[in-house]
Amino acid sequence: MQAIIEIGYLLATLSFLGGLKFMSSPKNAKTGNLIAASGMTLAVVITFISAVTETVPYTNLIILFLAIAVGTVVGKRLSDKVEMTGMPQLVSLFNATGGGCAMLLGLVEANQMDAATAILGNKILLISGLITGAVALTGSIIAERKLAGKVKDRRTKLVIFSARFLLLLMFLLPGLYFIGFIPVEFTVFMYILAVIAMVYGVLFVLPIGGADMPVVISLLNSITGIATAFAGFVYGNKVMIAGGIFVGAAGILLTLLMCKAMNRSLMKVLAGTFKKSKGGAVEEEQ
Amino acid sequence: MDFINQHIQEIYFVIFCVFIGIEVISNVPAILHTPLMSGANAISGVILVGAIIVMLKVPEDDYLNLTLGGIAVFLGTLNISGGFFVTGRMLKMFSPKKENSK
Repeated sequence: MQAIIEIGYLLATLSFLGGLKFMSSPKNAKTGNLIAASGMTLAVVITFISAVTETVPYTNLIILFLAIAVGTVVGKRLSDKVEMTGMPQLVSLFNATGGGCAMLLGLVEANQMDAATAILGNKILLISGLITGAVALTGSIIAERKLAGKVKDRRTKLVIFSARFLLLLMFLLPGLYFIGFIPVEFTVFMYILAVIAMVYGVLFVLPIGGADMPVVISLLNSITGIATAFAGFVYGNKVMIAGGIFVGAAGILLTLLMCKAMNRSLMKVLAGTFKKSKGGAVEEEQ
Repeated sequence: MDFINQHIQEIYFVIFCVFIGIEVISNVPAILHTPLMSGANAISGVILVGAIIVMLKVPEDDYLNLTLGGIAVFLGTLNISGGFFVTGRMLKMFSPKKENSK
């Protein structure tokens, strides 16, 4: 049984890889999408088979199936209804849902785990996943609003300064917490961090020009991928790690390629705030 | 040091994944940037796997976590289904002839 599960995950991982590969050539792009989608379905089914036992209460199962059914239907509806010009917005919105999922996952897992006995590494992974997910969530929502023309650029000194301050805070606070300077419970601390990261996500995207939004969405997409990978480490789940890292790496390359196609440097697009956050995320992972 | 000894496989795994992820899309033409971004976005929805795992672990009477977990599963599914459907729709717009001339 275990072997079947492992093979299923392996196939899913390979399908992501093949999907990405096919999607980057015009002829096979449709096949690529299909391959990746079937791999994803396989991964979900396998997970379900491997995780479900007789002890799982019915309430959980009902909520789970309901959430999956509603999510599928809503996703299909939204993508069917969207205008051709509104697609980048929708992609941004879906990216926000991925980030939100990562953030909530961090919170629930923190609530579930026994903070006293949990090892430090897992806590750091949870925090990293939570922060990256929350940034991707609010950042993508603001990007979507900007593409829709509902939010204007705000490039005031205050916004840029507070964004940098919050970024610093997101690295300092976990450090201080683990040394023992912040005497709150781990779960409470996670909620605080989630709020800080969500505010940061807003401030991170606000100063960036509306025309650069596709680049930012691609970047946030790769951040969601990294958040997925962090969560994958927590559960030791290879398909999550692989999928997350593929998206993270491919997303960053894609971001750079898009910048190149627009003849702008990423630094100029982001006004210098990006490098730090990326480097930090990788550091925390070690 | 202990950590490195125990996790050396994962470290290799991550490094290879990074390079494969970069390599696999390195030749993408500009016209496919947006669909590829959308497809990658859908793949990052694999976070749903984690959400399902956590959802099945939550105790029955823990309403806060059941709610949060339920929302997480919903969001993850939305990410996947929406992501793949929207990518499919985007790709439908490309007729093979147009691409060959690119």
